[in-house]
Amino acid sequence: MLSSKRLILAHFWLAFAAFGVALVLGAWQMFVRSPFNVWHFNPEFYYRSVTAHGSVMGYVFPTLVAMAFGYAITESALEKPMIGRRWAWTGFFLVAIGAVVAMVPVSLGLASVLYTFYPPMVGNPFYYVGVVLVVVGSWIWVALMSINFIAWKRENPDRPVPLAMFANVAGAYLWGWTAVGAALEILFQILPVAFGLRSTIDAGLARVFFSWTLHAIVYFWLIPTYIAYYTIFPRAIGGRLYSDAMARISFILFVVVAMPIGVHHLFADPQVGAGFKFMHSVFTGLVALPTLLTVFTICASAEIASRLRGGKGAFGWVSALPWKNPIMLATALSLVMLGFGGAGGLINMSYQLDASIHNTQWITGHFHLIFGGAIVIMYFAIAYDLWPHLTGRALNTFGMMRTQLWLWFIGMIVTTFPWHYVGILGMPRRMAFYDYLNPAIAPQAFSVMMSAIGGFILLISGILFLTVLFRGQFGMRSEAGAYRFAIPVHMPARIPVALNSFGLWLALMIGLTLVNYGFPIAQLLALPQTNVPAVYVGAAR
Amino acid sequence: MSEQKLFSFRNSWFSTSVGTTVAIAIASALAGLIWLPLAQPDLKLAGIWDAICSAAGIPRAPVSASVQQPDFKTSNVVLTPDTIGRKDAVSIGRGATLAQRCAICHGPQGVSDANSPNLAGQFAEVTYKELHDFKTGARVNVVMSPFAANMSDQDMKDVAAYYAYLPRVPSSKADEKVPPPPIVVTGAPMRNIPPCGSCHGELDYKAGSPWLGGQSAVYIKAQLQAFAAGARRNDISQQMRNIARHMTAEEIDQVARYYEAQP
Repeated sequence: MLSSKRLILAHFWLAFAAFGVALVLGAWQMFVRSPFNVWHFNPEFYYRSVTAHGSVMGYVFPTLVAMAFGYAITESALEKPMIGRRWAWTGFFLVAIGAVVAMVPVSLGLASVLYTFYPPMVGNPFYYVGVVLVVVGSWIWVALMSINFIAWKRENPDRPVPLAMFANVAGAYLWGWTAVGAALEILFQILPVAFGLRSTIDAGLARVFFSWTLHAIVYFWLIPTYIAYYTIFPRAIGGRLYSDAMARISFILFVVVAMPIGVHHLFADPQVGAGFKFMHSVFTGLVALPTLLTVFTICASAEIASRLRGGKGAFGWVSALPWKNPIMLATALSLVMLGFGGAGGLINMSYQLDASIHNTQWITGHFHLIFGGAIVIMYFAIAYDLWPHLTGRALNTFGMMRTQLWLWFIGMIVTTFPWHYVGILGMPRRMAFYDYLNPAIAPQAFSVMMSAIGGFILLISGILFLTVLFRGQFGMRSEAGAYRFAIPVHMPARIPVALNSFGLWLALMIGLTLVNYGFPIAQLLALPQTNVPAVYVGAAR
Repeated sequence: MSEQKLFSFRNSWFSTSVGTTVAIAIASALAGLIWLPLAQPDLKLAGIWDAICSAAGIPRAPVSASVQQPDFKTSNVVLTPDTIGRKDAVSIGRGATLAQRCAICHGPQGVSDANSPNLAGQFAEVTYKELHDFKTGARVNVVMSPFAANMSDQDMKDVAAYYAYLPRVPSSKADEKVPPPPIVVTGAPMRNIPPCGSCHGELDYKAGSPWLGGQSAVYIKAQLQAFAAGARRNDISQQMRNIARHMTAEEIDQVARYYEAQP
């Protein structure tokens, strides 16, 4: 029962419009630092573009998709209009205004600090204010998800919360807590410097705060994808979800162990002790667990669907899957990219192996494969699946959807595999210019060119995606019926209270955060003389 | 569902999840804070508490009390935004008077062809630091050391302010057609040499690094050779010595000729 269609569509369109712009920037960046670009250009433009691309793709786009999908889940899974629609519009406008406020100084070249901020670099204060507005807007969503969850539970004390809503609230709580790190960094460290009240900044502490956000944010991006795996995919291919409880446990594991692991981004940083790096490494290893559970459950669900369709044999059932169904295709391609990306991630999280690829293009390749590949391809699937229900018009350009999904997959592989490879060769990330005539760098030229071609394949796929959605707005009117989620093989009538509530899991999440982050942060706060002079972007030095 | 009590050790979900989480946290802490540091032979730890402090990243004074002191003087100049102070007319005027004794080598307008550094337009921090280093003996030169020996701190600041005030004059050997050698533009990352311009202007400027444009090639070459040989050692943390040691003789020539030809 989707009643806030305009709200949800507004979120999706803003998300995808921003995505389209950032995608063009991304393709330009791939081109301009590749050997294809034989002209000189101002490297400052590159850093502006990277900042805009990262801020939009990292903060604006996934946040809006999670919000839109969250509202859609609230109304369709709980089968009632959501509470607080007016607040939801407030949140939307905060995100929209925040995105504009942040992007103006970036386009003017006043805040080329990249989306990870990198103190002691400090840009125009309005960039950070814009990011804060985006986060505050998303916190309204967090609150609304929680309120709707609690209200429904109160009205239905004897029914388990539908899986989609349970997972959605898990994502909301995770984001609510993980955004606190960057918020502390911006409000108490960067903004006072950006407004000129202070001229020095504790860059080490700022990096620790940012790592608090930086890794768990990935799981916030990931959760809509996982919700789609569990609640859209089995229904779309005509099967059933293998296990409802397993799904809940996966999302709970994300809530608990996604947080206390961010210091693995700081393996090369001196301000955190080696012991804490090890502890974070251990928990990073644990976060593979919910993903392995998910891969198992989803493959099992696919097998159920296939055998219902007459699939036979130990592996023969794979061919009986409905491969022409875009959701089937997107999920399969997503899992392949998740597999490769996850394998790369295991290298990043290990202290010794990380040393060989830290701060190289390997890292950029890794997060594009996981986020841009495995996660975003499921955002496409979510949009395709929801669109007829939101617009009230048929979306039947299936051939185009399949082409789009294949192009995204191929483009992402062609982009990121060579990217990983040049990282192993030692190519540093965050650089605008590489002299490919230098014999030491020349062997990387071919891989970088391949990568750039992949970037343009992705751009074509992105244009196709927007075309499909745009045509969907003007298609034939048709009533799509109620939006439904996948039904598990065994529909739970009663479930343990632990799998139906978050109190315990939030307590563990916050407890583990204190254990793993408490000492490093307290120590850096207490140490004297840890501040360094701020480097103002665009200022004369 | 609501009749079950969640926060109770009778609830197996609670006891299992809390128990497992605490066990993993304790095991990883024991391994990361005690076992792994003690397993490292190079860490030289006094005991378990020492291991924990080391792994937690608590800064400690070095265990061995005998810090090796160099047998020569090192620069003790600290450059902050307030080092030079205000470059007002009085300071510049005093500097101009004091600078008359410098003119025989450095030129009456701060420019000369005597293969001594051209000081006109040089950053005040640079002139001040070098004078200070000559005075303390961190840098030694038969001509300059006696001059600096009797200068007060304010004298050095005034002279520095005066030369910074003078306009830069293109050298007589200026030639914009000289192409920048690779060592200037990109450095040599494999030898840990950054591009010259990343400290000496053009790309970026770090306080205390001199402006090199228009300096005598003979002077630049002599200084780089002195850095490489360890004869000059007033660079902080061996910045220039480490660079010069890894430069080839040919690169030193190229750099010297290139900067001499620059404005």
